[in-house]
Amino acid sequence: MTLLTEERIRYLEETARRIRCHVVRTISEAGVGHPGGSLSEADILTALYFHIMKIDPQRPQWEERDRFVLSKGHGAAGLYATLAERGFFPIDWLKTFGRIDSRLQVHPDMHLVPGVEVSTGALGQGLSVALGMALAARLDGKGIHVYCLIGDGENQEGQIWEAAEAAAHYKVDNLTVILDYNGVQLMGPLREVMEIAPIADKWRSFNWAVAEVNGHDMRQLITTLETIKEVKGQPHIVIAHTVKGKGVSYMEGQSAWHGKAPNQEQLAQALAELGCSQE
Amino acid sequence: MVESAREALGRTLVELARQNPNIVVLDADLASSTRVVYFAQEFPERFFQMGVAEQNMMGVAAGMALMGKIPFVSTFGVFASRRACDQVAISVAHCRLNVKIIGAYSGIVSGNNGATHQAVEDVGIMRAIPHMAVVDPADDIEMEQAVRAIVAYPGPVYLRATRDVWPRVSPEGYQFKLGRAVKVREGSDVTLIGSGMMTSQCVEAAQLLGREGISTRVLHMPTIKPIDIEAVIQAAKETRGIVTAENHNIYGGLGSAVAEVLVEHAPTSMIRVGLCDCYGECGTNAELLHKYGMSPQHIAEAAHYVLEKAARLLRR
Repeated sequence: MTLLTEERIRYLEETARRIRCHVVRTISEAGVGHPGGSLSEADILTALYFHIMKIDPQRPQWEERDRFVLSKGHGAAGLYATLAERGFFPIDWLKTFGRIDSRLQVHPDMHLVPGVEVSTGALGQGLSVALGMALAARLDGKGIHVYCLIGDGENQEGQIWEAAEAAAHYKVDNLTVILDYNGVQLMGPLREVMEIAPIADKWRSFNWAVAEVNGHDMRQLITTLETIKEVKGQPHIVIAHTVKGKGVSYMEGQSAWHGKAPNQEQLAQALAELGCSQE
Repeated sequence: MVESAREALGRTLVELARQNPNIVVLDADLASSTRVVYFAQEFPERFFQMGVAEQNMMGVAAGMALMGKIPFVSTFGVFASRRACDQVAISVAHCRLNVKIIGAYSGIVSGNNGATHQAVEDVGIMRAIPHMAVVDPADDIEMEQAVRAIVAYPGPVYLRATRDVWPRVSPEGYQFKLGRAVKVREGSDVTLIGSGMMTSQCVEAAQLLGREGISTRVLHMPTIKPIDIEAVIQAAKETRGIVTAENHNIYGGLGSAVAEVLVEHAPTSMIRVGLCDCYGECGTNAELLHKYGMSPQHIAEAAHYVLEKAARLLRR
């Protein structure tokens, strides 16, 4: 495992910044997509794909790889940016996002994109799929770890709790869920739309190992993911407190930016704020 | 001895699992009813009790299929098709995953549990889902072969399994092939097309018609999707009318599938026998088939009607 030196942290933070640049460019060019959640999840995806997970971009179908499921499928732009930056496919592909005949659907399709493990988009479903992967890996005695990113609005789906119950019942400890807790969903703040708090207590009462982190603190994210992975006999959830639209001032905390594309002017401001090259 | 379809299903799964270590079974607290309990007894480590939570079960099965397993998901048809519909569509079918969905207690003849447990829309729902194959075996022999065939077939399948014992219709030496209809009785005046246990009702109806001198073909359609287009066209060309008989609402199921083929390829006088857009109720199988117009007598009456209609069209 690579040591978490200051230099390493800086490299990962710089990677996350580049991913955010791809996200705003991709969505702006396409005129469609979900910038708010793609920006809030960027540090989490960076931690997983650039530090934590056992993967090989040259062999996306390598059997022994760790698995990642983007249960909040509308965060696709963030996932594509991460996969492209990690080398699963050319960065150029990002320009096709959401267009006819594109591999990059607005919600990810496993048959079209190297590195996408399963198609998602209907909220609540990915966690069950991740649980099935984890159970099958355990049945085969494989040391595969399964990670699943869920949204906080998604946490309102009943199926999430069916999966939570089953994962704890089967003591699935090769499964780690990360909750992108940015507190804002399409129609507004969760506390107005449908409150999920006290969310840590809820998961704890379902017999999960629970940790809470600042989802934009790279060191905290990584050390927490590495520590909680060692908990045996229980599934794990890391509740990552994040900011919707993180890094772009006018998007931060705004439900209006859940599923809206920035125009040229807004893009220029976003790129400037993120310190992206302006090519 | 003739078994029920579910009994044959439970038994065959165990036999196949002895050779194929990738077969796993997930159950939503109905294993003793669907008979996958035999699998649970012999392969406890490959049996996953998922509790009364069908949506999660469907997704977990998808995840296992992604890891190379061949999951059989056990629940009643009503829950597989309605409760977990979105999971079947997105996690299983859209991903084209190798999940086999058992929809037990199919149709109106579901063990006197009444309307909530009678799957009368399941075929329509599953047929409308892209990539999904839909199989409705008639008897124990066919169920055994169908289970073997769908394990060998790499893709999502919805398999209906009736609860009770129905007369065998599988001919001597019959080999089930996915997507292939089977002629269980030759005839030249009219064709009765049945799926599932309704084919046995068609055979009885054909005997009634035979006594009246009407030469009746019985075509059994165990695979409702993909439907055997050629066999339907052949029946349309070689007989004067077609009656479909299904253990399902007349919308969306076998009758609709046959009508689609006929309209596009060989317009023919036809009529559908099945539930006429209503939910069922409690009662014995015989009482239910009689009350809802699905008995052999009703099928025979429908054959008379379709032949009269064909004759009128001919005179015109």
